[in-house]
Amino acid sequence: MVDAVLQALVNGVIAGALLAIPALGFSAIFAVLRFPNFAIGALATAGAYIAWVANVTFGLPIVAAIVVAFVSAAILGAALEYGALERLGRGGALMKAIGSLAMAMVIENVVRFFFGNDLRAFDLPLARDLVFGPIRIGPQQITNFIFALAIMVAVWTFLSFSSLGRSMRAVADNADLARLKGINPRLIALVTVAVGSGLCGVGGTLIGLDTSIDPLLGGRVLLSVFAAAVLGGLGSIPGAVAGAFVIGIVEEFTVLALAPAYRLAVGFIVILVVLVIRPSGLLGSKAG
Amino acid sequence: MLTYILFMLVVGSIYALLAQSLMLSWGLAGLVNLGLAGFFAVGAYASAMLTTWEHTPIVVGVSAAVLAGGFAGLLVCFSTLRLRDDYLAIVTLGFAEIVRIVASNEVWLTGGTDGISGVPVMIARDTGVWFHLGTLLITVAAVILVYGLQRRLLASPWGRALRAVREDQTVASVAGKSIVRFKAQAFSLAAAIAGLAGALYGHYTSYVAPDQFQPLITIYIFLAVTAGGNARPAGAVLGAYLLVAFLEATRFLAEIAPGVTALQAAALREIAVGIGLVIVLTLRPDGFLPERSQKAPVV
Repeated sequence: MVDAVLQALVNGVIAGALLAIPALGFSAIFAVLRFPNFAIGALATAGAYIAWVANVTFGLPIVAAIVVAFVSAAILGAALEYGALERLGRGGALMKAIGSLAMAMVIENVVRFFFGNDLRAFDLPLARDLVFGPIRIGPQQITNFIFALAIMVAVWTFLSFSSLGRSMRAVADNADLARLKGINPRLIALVTVAVGSGLCGVGGTLIGLDTSIDPLLGGRVLLSVFAAAVLGGLGSIPGAVAGAFVIGIVEEFTVLALAPAYRLAVGFIVILVVLVIRPSGLLGSKAG
Repeated sequence: MLTYILFMLVVGSIYALLAQSLMLSWGLAGLVNLGLAGFFAVGAYASAMLTTWEHTPIVVGVSAAVLAGGFAGLLVCFSTLRLRDDYLAIVTLGFAEIVRIVASNEVWLTGGTDGISGVPVMIARDTGVWFHLGTLLITVAAVILVYGLQRRLLASPWGRALRAVREDQTVASVAGKSIVRFKAQAFSLAAAIAGLAGALYGHYTSYVAPDQFQPLITIYIFLAVTAGGNARPAGAVLGAYLLVAFLEATRFLAEIAPGVTALQAAALREIAVGIGLVIVLTLRPDGFLPERSQKAPVV
């Protein structure tokens, strides 16, 4: 029993790290553009497929495939924002949310049109699990975990030290004040959407490396990503990371106790509980 | 061919009920319900379980479906009504997923992924065309009933207060209206209408399974309601029938397109629906039948 709990804990921490990447993207977009972007799941799927093409069809190494996924998901996300969603914003945040859900359906079906519904796997060397006492870890899990941590550090560095990142935080904090300071909100929104979407693409790729990819890859983690963001406090960047680790671990423990299908229910229940008890989340400041 | 047209009209009427549900919560109260498919499913299952396994009369099943839908609506909106509207969007989206997970996994309760077959029908099936025609009359009657109800609600003080809440919560609450109560009532009533739609659907197809309640139904209805006019009952009904016509037209187009597999054709249709929704939201957010502004009552 103790062994199973330890194993679930390790799996949960790794799953949480992977979840944190799209959760960061979702939270960043929410913080600056003030709407829940329901297309993030589809962007994760699109990123995973593009990385798969780069890796399997063109034979690029995994690291290069991840970079390709970031760049193409960033372009796709920015194109959605400026091609479709920005104009809907005049009708309010909910209009954008609904529009993003419709766009998610479009992306998912474009993927399905070209690739079908079959499961696909990345071109990875077969490797034996590493055994540490009672715990087994796949080498690919460790690599993914390190990738995820590296990306979190990169995002943190970008937000803390680059002038663009600091402008993003300024707009998220107080858009009017930021404008007075000469920050162009439209440019910042563009950068945020691009970076956030890119992170979703990378997140989808990492999840695909961990298991396999199919057109519903992103849709399946959507609820977990929302739960991570709500638990951490909608729009809070460190909150999204903390929330993702909690969700990842709780999901693994749920699998120990209940049918695996109920992994998906964890996110929903966490969202409900957080909204009833503490709507601002673990690290958020306001939820008015 | 006649059967096919009747079938489409019944489906259109079911969608018209769902569209009225969405019109009430979204168009009037400004509450976005991304889990419409979930409430639809709750109604379908409630009535199918009662009538198939407990052999209750269909009327009892349908009434139970309405209650179950309304109760589920209350539960779902309860946690978020005091918060920003975005939270309700997230929670309702999750709710629809949860309904499908529970329906697929709790075999003892719902029959699992096999679903419930042999759900009693409202008109005997061996009457051929009359089965479809009779069911159509019943569903159209339900649409007219709900339409009449909505019209009355719209004209009532309750409807006015609801729109006030939608337009400006602060002003409405300063005027002494309880925002949370109005929202909860509207959302719950809307969910009950979706439950009714689900029950009628189950008693028509005589089969209820998790796969019938895909999230894309919610998108379909959003398209219907935005195209028709999201704050007028007539707009929502019109939009639903237009939607079915559009879906069927794209089905034919996809079938005659050369070199496209069935899966690809289905994908193309959904791409068309998604793009269609965004275009309608952008160009005609008020729909073909926009909301009429009401004159202030003479004091």
